[in-house]
Amino acid sequence: MADKLIFYFFAAIAVGGAVLTVTRRNAVHSAIFLITSLLATAGVFLQLRAEFLFIVQIILYVGGIMVLFVFVIMLVNLDVSLQQLQFSRQKWVALIVALALAGQVGVMFWSAEKLPGQILPGVTAAAADRLPPNSEAVARSLFSTYLLPFEIASILLLVAMIGAVVMAKKRT
Amino acid sequence: MLSIEHYLFLGLALFVIGVIGVITRRNVIVVLMSIELILNAVNINLVAFSRLYGDVAGQVFALFIIADAAAEAAVGLGIIIAFFRNRETLLEDEMDLLKW
Repeated sequence: MADKLIFYFFAAIAVGGAVLTVTRRNAVHSAIFLITSLLATAGVFLQLRAEFLFIVQIILYVGGIMVLFVFVIMLVNLDVSLQQLQFSRQKWVALIVALALAGQVGVMFWSAEKLPGQILPGVTAAAADRLPPNSEAVARSLFSTYLLPFEIASILLLVAMIGAVVMAKKRT
Repeated sequence: MLSIEHYLFLGLALFVIGVIGVITRRNVIVVLMSIELILNAVNINLVAFSRLYGDVAGQVFALFIIADAAAEAAVGLGIIIAFFRNRETLLEDEMDLLKW
């Protein structure tokens, strides 16, 4: 019961923050609401016993990426863009795409009910409790099974860093 | 743990909201923020399935996606700064140099 209440609390904040992120006119307000949504998602991670990801979400997303966003919003001139139309005339396209995506997932759930218990297996308490609730397991998996993807990700970050510097540099 | 559908529907809601933001907004910075929302929705699904199967691999994948999001934000915002310096605008309709 408490489990359910906590989930609905965080889910409501996450969805509400997401809706406000896309609907606010001011980009700074959007950024603030996106931070709210990401923090609520961190709460959902904690409820799913992903403590390491919970911390990474707060430090990296909220502390790193969102600070970057707010810096760029401050660098560009916001007063000009506030006078302009903020929404394009593509409401119907957006609605159709959203309905198509939701319908796709609906069909997935519907067919999962039809098939004999294969697609979405119920939670076996044993499997859910087997997950060790600490960062040690994540580190063990990251540095043994997924060592090569880890190195590739670090190279990706290096490339992104160089790319960002080159992009933002003043042409001389 | 709640049933997996709860988390899948939360992920679906965030994903669809992000897609709507990408399609309807004209401000490039808000479009990038909507992309962050989409990546975040994917993370929720991965972590939920990681819990369901008691396997930590889903959390590792979520970590990789967060690294991707950081790289994407850095490069995207660099492009936005370069674009703003040249065109003095943030509207994505004005980004038509490669259009013919």
